Amino acid sequence: MASIGKLHRHQARTGYLFITPTLLLFLIFTIIPVVMAFYLSFTNYDVLSHMDWVGFDNYRRLWLDSLYWTTFKNVFFYAVIFVPLNILISIALAMLLNFKRSGVKLFRTMNYLPTLTSAVAAATVWIWLLHPEYGLVNGLLSYVGITGPAWLAQTDTAMFAIILVTLWQSVGANMIIYIAGLQGVPDYLYESSKLDGANAFQRFVYITWPQLRPTTFLVSTMSIIGALQLFDQAFVLTQGGPGNVTKTPVYLIYQQGFNQLQMGYASAQAFILALAILVFSFVNMRLNKSEEPIV
Amino acid sequence: MMSEHNVNASVSARRQRDPRVSTIRALWTILFYIVSIGIAVFMFLPFFWSLMTSFKPSEDIFSMPIRWLPSKLTLEHYRTAFTTVPFGLYFWNSLVLAVSGVLANLFFGSLSGYAFAKLPFRLNKTLFRVLLAAMMIPGIVTMIPSFYVLKHFPYVGGNDWFGAGGNGFLNSFWGIILPGASGSFAVFFMRQFFLTLPSDMMEMARIEGSREFRIFWNIYLPLTKPALATLGIFTFQAGWNSFLWPMIILNDPKKATIQMGLQAFSYNHQTDFGPMMAGALIAVLPILILFLLLQKYFVQGIAFSGVKG
Repeated sequence: MASIGKLHRHQARTGYLFITPTLLLFLIFTIIPVVMAFYLSFTNYDVLSHMDWVGFDNYRRLWLDSLYWTTFKNVFFYAVIFVPLNILISIALAMLLNFKRSGVKLFRTMNYLPTLTSAVAAATVWIWLLHPEYGLVNGLLSYVGITGPAWLAQTDTAMFAIILVTLWQSVGANMIIYIAGLQGVPDYLYESSKLDGANAFQRFVYITWPQLRPTTFLVSTMSIIGALQLFDQAFVLTQGGPGNVTKTPVYLIYQQGFNQLQMGYASAQAFILALAILVFSFVNMRLNKSEEPIV
Repeated sequence: MMSEHNVNASVSARRQRDPRVSTIRALWTILFYIVSIGIAVFMFLPFFWSLMTSFKPSEDIFSMPIRWLPSKLTLEHYRTAFTTVPFGLYFWNSLVLAVSGVLANLFFGSLSGYAFAKLPFRLNKTLFRVLLAAMMIPGIVTMIPSFYVLKHFPYVGGNDWFGAGGNGFLNSFWGIILPGASGSFAVFFMRQFFLTLPSDMMEMARIEGSREFRIFWNIYLPLTKPALATLGIFTFQAGWNSFLWPMIILNDPKKATIQMGLQAFSYNHQTDFGPMMAGALIAVLPILILFLLLQKYFVQGIAFSGVKG
């Protein structure tokens, strides 16, 4: 007995030893920063001068900062269009390429390729594709007699350009996730519904969609979190312009914190954004939980 | 089961013989290919177009009806990209950062993943749950305080004991490698994989008197090669493509990453589309090559993250 106890103690010690590096890094770069995030938002930290406690000043200022709320409006507009489209297109692609036909693997690969690109490289390429005069998009539109807009320079199209580019970059990976989800749907459900005379639409509504609910929960959560923190594409494609219509909260926090060095204020902005992300993730969780899967 | 299969087969065989059903089937197949090819062309077009642009002579780039193929191939834009900015250096910096990130995550991730999956200790469940819960924290929360921690790290980069006086880990690769050296995802991913491995090999080795680290390193780790490959690819992709954090940490132009270099180039040379496309393709190339070589592991990794959700 004694030796078993000793062995257990030895294993426990090894266990703690093995997780020590991870826990140390976790403590320094996650726990401490999360606590500090809250603390810094009540200070006037600016890297250079002495840090003072300023109470709710940053939050009061933020409440009246119309640019901050504009960036919120922009990113909500983006998310409201991007997230549902992302899910719908990914499901449609997955259902299309879940058919057993020759060449399906190649099609999947083609759809997946854009997700490998970095946001910066993708945005750089799309700047050229969306060029008002010589870009491919407007060139193709001119084939059918449409004069395309200056996508990135007009206030009414700039955000749609970002939506297009981010969709191009994200649907391929989600398609793969959905294909894995589709392959987990038991065949007998489809067989028996066919015997009951359900048509393709009914099979989608009553079997496929409910069965994919866990997958949709994952994809929607990830895309909400990503969408509300949009930065790279907005930074490279439009630099937040024209007229701030594509400026996002993360962009503003970056400028406020690292260009103007008002890190206390930027922390307050970050904190409110994080709260918004948590609230929307939570709402999304409730929406996805409210209808239980049939089987 | 077998007889059910036979019935299905004979039903579909009967359907095959019915001429009307097979026409409808053929029409569906044609429709399937039209739609799939159309989508694939759309998804691939940006790659094709940037590749063509990067090889076109400058006068072809700005031609009014679209010129699909270059009138003659030129490497001039690649030369411009590499000579106006030190793209080779940026490429190297990104490679160093991405590979360090991969090695650190593979090592620390499997070390703690193994501990959480195979070794009994009292706080095992609790600590693992804390790590998992932390994955839900949006990155924006820790951005500014992580910067603070790196800048005021004691005894580093000219700092004194209180973290004052110097610049800490700012402007050094450590400021990028350390915060991501043992990501929660790596730990989680490796733990899930170690859970699928049997524990009796461990008992056997212990009876033979092996030390715990040897059991981990010589017996279990070699069995996780597919998982390591998948995790390595994902970590590499994340490291190679990351943009905002390196931009915050690295001020020295000699330490810039390829993404930063590409962004600066496209911002400063807004009409040089040839070199811009050449640069963008170079920035994408390593990941594309990895993907073509190790496609299987990419798809497994994504499917894993989907199934777990």
